[in-house]
Amino acid sequence: MSDPLTISEQALIDARGVVVAYGGQRSAFGRAKPEKRVLHGVDVVIGRGQTVGIVGESGSGKTTLGRALLGLVPVADGSIRFDRHEIVGLKEDALRPLRKRMQMIFQDPMSSLNPRHDIRHILIAPLLLHGLARDRREAEVQVRAVLDRVGLPASALERYPHELSGGQRQRVGIARAVVLAPDFVLADEIVSGLDVSTQAQVLQLLGELKRDMNLSMAFISHDLSVVRAVCDRVYVLSGGRVVEQGACEQVFASPHHDYTKVLIDAIPLPVIDPQWLGRGQRST
Amino acid sequence: MADSATIIATTGAPSRGRRRLQALARQPKVVWGGGFILFLVVVALAAPLIAPHDPLAQDLMSGTLPPLGFADYDPGFLLGTDDLGRDVLSRLIYGTRIALTVAFVAATLAALVGTLLGLLAGYFRGVTDTVVSRLIEIWMAFPPVLLSILVVAIMGSGVTSVIAAIAIIDWTRFARVVRAETMAQAQGDYVTAARTLGFGRWTILFREILPNVAPVLLALITLEMGIAVIVEAILSFVGLSVSSDTPTWGGMIAQGRQIIYQAWWVFAAPLAALFATVLAFNQLGDGLRRALDPVMQR
Ligand SMILES: Nc1ncnc2c1ncn2[C@@H]1O[C@H](COP(=O)(O)OP(=O)(O)O)[C@@H](O)[C@H]1O
Ligand SMILES: [Mg+2]
Repeated sequence: MSDPLTISEQALIDARGVVVAYGGQRSAFGRAKPEKRVLHGVDVVIGRGQTVGIVGESGSGKTTLGRALLGLVPVADGSIRFDRHEIVGLKEDALRPLRKRMQMIFQDPMSSLNPRHDIRHILIAPLLLHGLARDRREAEVQVRAVLDRVGLPASALERYPHELSGGQRQRVGIARAVVLAPDFVLADEIVSGLDVSTQAQVLQLLGELKRDMNLSMAFISHDLSVVRAVCDRVYVLSGGRVVEQGACEQVFASPHHDYTKVLIDAIPLPVIDPQWLGRGQRST
Repeated sequence: MADSATIIATTGAPSRGRRRLQALARQPKVVWGGGFILFLVVVALAAPLIAPHDPLAQDLMSGTLPPLGFADYDPGFLLGTDDLGRDVLSRLIYGTRIALTVAFVAATLAALVGTLLGLLAGYFRGVTDTVVSRLIEIWMAFPPVLLSILVVAIMGSGVTSVIAAIAIIDWTRFARVVRAETMAQAQGDYVTAARTLGFGRWTILFREILPNVAPVLLALITLEMGIAVIVEAILSFVGLSVSSDTPTWGGMIAQGRQIIYQAWWVFAAPLAALFATVLAFNQLGDGLRRALDPVMQR
């Protein structure tokens, strides 16, 4: 393993001692609800172009950690640097310039796409917001290119989210995450709602995008077989703490922590079916 | 790609507005409720043209004439006359003007105030929510009838006071529902997605969340219009609305109640109009809520 200092020098995201607690804000009458600590000092380093897996059982704090890295949940203690900019404690306005550089793909594409907006609006609005297109026409050109890149026809632009299939919606979610050409994408359980053949297609697409765009990614999943297939490094989270971390092959081959062993043992043995890919393509 | 083909298969889609209209037309409640309200609007606008008589013209020689189908019916007075010989149908027609004006203006005002406060409380939470929620609680502790009498007493009787009273009392309906709905919507991933994309909070509130609150809101406004029609009638009934020389349904009901044994139709006709109107508003509201829900559409 490389020296942690050299990692952090070239790291895109460098999070140290991150503590997140929910609740605890004061109401107007001074009653403070008891706060609940969810992350107890987590260190995560993500290099440029690297894909980092975050695994752990449900409730271990994976989503919270991912959202903390994006500055979406208030961080009680610790430091998160994105490309050397400290984002802990930044106001929403101060964070905005960095926003377009870090994006997110959601677990449930249905609830992450506004049911009132058609796909055109969903994809064009961010481009106009960040001034990445001068006008709607220019944005339209870019959006069509991205749609094509994620394997959706231009006719999808007129559709509303509920008019698409689950796999198509997730492609829109991916298109939205990459349309701003970010440096970092958080993928939170993005294939757990999809059937197996769609899962494979979406993962393949993500791998291509990552390569073409030199994306750094945090890939959250409770499914270790998926993480194993896509990640360079892996962090094992339990009860809001990192219990094990390291290069992917290494952790999977010789886990040190008992918790990791349990997780790995829970991976179902892959059932090899040579017809599998071909079948996925023929069915519609 | 495997799942691209299905989109192509369903191209030739009509525009967004057109699809909305088609969804509306498929809802019988919208068609009937909306149709009746539209009919009332036309009646109210064209009242001078279609009313067979001057609604205020008294003719003591033809007092308490019964409506069509009863003995002594006079073909000049389809719904009969009151004890002063005024044509009930013409008064009913002119009465739609006040009823609809109050319904539309009062419901819109109540909705504006309530929606704004509900959106702010539901999205910003914290102190904003505490203040708005307490205000709603205090407001709802006032008996609405007394509050409306107070408003009319301060402002003087008249349509404006009636409208003000309804808006002042009923904004809480909107604030409560919109607050709860906004809170629920704000939890949605699409709001987190909008934050991640860098949208500001006002954009998120008005462009992302409000459109999703709109169906509930629209249904509520329509229901409120029905309520406003009733409240106006009640205030007319107790003499707190417009002066007695402007025909209103509530005023007619009040007058009809006193002569119910000599001329029941003076009481029954405005009551039926009131009932049908409120029913139409309620049906329209319910139908709109169904038709505008993008997921329930098909
Ligand atoms: N908004 C929230 N408010 C309060 N508690 C939360 C919130 N989100 C998550 N939690 C709690 O934090 C813990 C970690 O949740 P999460 O980060 O979603 O875990 P994971 O993604 O690994 O399943 C859970 O116990 C969960 O109940
Ligand atoms: Mg999660």
